[in-house]
Amino acid sequence: MYVTKVKLTNFRNYKNAEVELSPGVNLLHGSNGQGKTNLVEAINFFASLSSHRVAGYTPLIQQGEQSAIVSLELAHLERELLLEFEINNDSPNRARLNKSPVQKPKDILGYLNSVIFAPEDLDIVKRDPTNRRAFIDQLIVQFTPRMLGVYSDYDRVLKQRNTLLKSARATGTKGDSLSTLSAWDESLVKLGSEIIAARVAIASKLSPGLIANYQKIADTNNEPRMFIKSSILGSTILDGEEADDSEYLESQDREEIAELFREKLMRMRPKELERGITLVGPHRDDLVLILGSLPAKGYASHGESWSYALSLRLASLEILRQESKLGDPILILDDVFAELDSDRRAKLAELVLGNEQVIITAAVIEDVPHALSAKRFSVVAGEITNG
Amino acid sequence: MYEGVIQELIDELGRLPGVGPKSAQRIAFYLLQADADQAKRLAEVLTEVRERVRFCEQCGNVAEAELCNICRDPRRSKASICVVEESKDVQAIERTREFKGLYHVLGGAISPIEGIGPDNLRIKELVSRLADPDIKEVIIATDPNLEGEATATYLTRMLSPMGITISRLASGLPVGGDLEYADEITLGRAFEGRRTVS
Repeated sequence: MYVTKVKLTNFRNYKNAEVELSPGVNLLHGSNGQGKTNLVEAINFFASLSSHRVAGYTPLIQQGEQSAIVSLELAHLERELLLEFEINNDSPNRARLNKSPVQKPKDILGYLNSVIFAPEDLDIVKRDPTNRRAFIDQLIVQFTPRMLGVYSDYDRVLKQRNTLLKSARATGTKGDSLSTLSAWDESLVKLGSEIIAARVAIASKLSPGLIANYQKIADTNNEPRMFIKSSILGSTILDGEEADDSEYLESQDREEIAELFREKLMRMRPKELERGITLVGPHRDDLVLILGSLPAKGYASHGESWSYALSLRLASLEILRQESKLGDPILILDDVFAELDSDRRAKLAELVLGNEQVIITAAVIEDVPHALSAKRFSVVAGEITNG
Repeated sequence: MYEGVIQELIDELGRLPGVGPKSAQRIAFYLLQADADQAKRLAEVLTEVRERVRFCEQCGNVAEAELCNICRDPRRSKASICVVEESKDVQAIERTREFKGLYHVLGGAISPIEGIGPDNLRIKELVSRLADPDIKEVIIATDPNLEGEATATYLTRMLSPMGITISRLASGLPVGGDLEYADEITLGRAFEGRRTVS
């Protein structure tokens, strides 16, 4: 699959812009702050209906405007698709597929698959569980668009349950609020187990590709591995904080996960009532990245962390490609070459060159390996031109 | 901004659910231009509705007497009670003419965010009604959303020790619809709740 045309209206710094892309490599260059990343952000938006940079939709709309429109023309073999999305400030968002409105905005998911490499990817390895959860959850939504609904339902149940816990703590009315708490537990466990199972499944799917790509890029036998560290495991309760005894979860069986979840929830109940917050569930879990025998976070060097992040993305690309009905996912390399040493640049170039479409952004053309700088576009102040 | 009473009317209308500032203005000017009688009748009905309509002491449905006309009706079966969130839901089920039992209106669903707990709903009243040995079945017909499901779960847990049959309305495919247009959650539920036919 490849993008043939992108049209942006009031999106970020683009008032009105249009660009025609071709299969193979497309290189967008220009100084910083001109809109290169905004353009690829718009393309990648259709993969999970979220930005790779910010949470929420408001930053995507140009300042002072009420709505932004992104429209994308895709081609796969003989087939052409037109995806359109209207992001609105005050009214619900709307989406259209081939000019006809879809029932719910999320119905537009599943038509575009993409994998984006960005400087922020380093955060997946180096920073907080939130970054790693965002990585794995966006991949899950690309695989199974239905999961977007599960995530938003889970968030709502979590909010309801936290409000209840907080008010139970404030008023101290334990007996009565406890019975309504169990009513929310049921939804929490049902939706939460589905999320946890999906994460374990995708982590095990990613593993072989992660190892293979890491060893190629870093030129080593050191083995990267990843696990879901779940708050539903672990027996002892220290002071409710990161009681670091949670083991790694390997089961993908929803029933089994639900059982563990339910039990842990019962054990944590006094702690939850004391803290006034939900302490068990996928929102407290982490995707632990191991390198050799040590956690990558805190132990891997800067270079190793980059190799790790690139391998995670390359592995995502491979599993998406395997299950895609629409050809290769679109590969986006956003400003990554500037971050890499020449050795990693060359290896990355070699690994991505065969992809059906690759979109690269760079401030300095010389940072991009020669093989990848065939077709160029210049981006200046929200205007895109050939060359 | 208009002067005095007309702006007051627009503001009051704008407070109603589903009426925005534009619609409020349209309704206000319509009332100004309509027959004096029509506006007067509306005003009368408004006061009357607040004075006369009350809530059925038994089921919580809207009523004009101590009991609503469903609870008063001797032909209705006393063996089953259908639990709904709002009086509107009673009307929806009545239109089916499938259900011959009695109702119980909760007055909402459990939602901590909105500050609604079991104490704010007519759950105590339901429990005391169930002391009647004639009642054999409770049908829970709360909305099939997160809050409605939580309410149903809560009720089920609380009522099951009483030894009465408790059932929940099925959710699944709309009749006369196309399978391909059903969303994944509905379709998933329909699979979960499938029936053996032979």
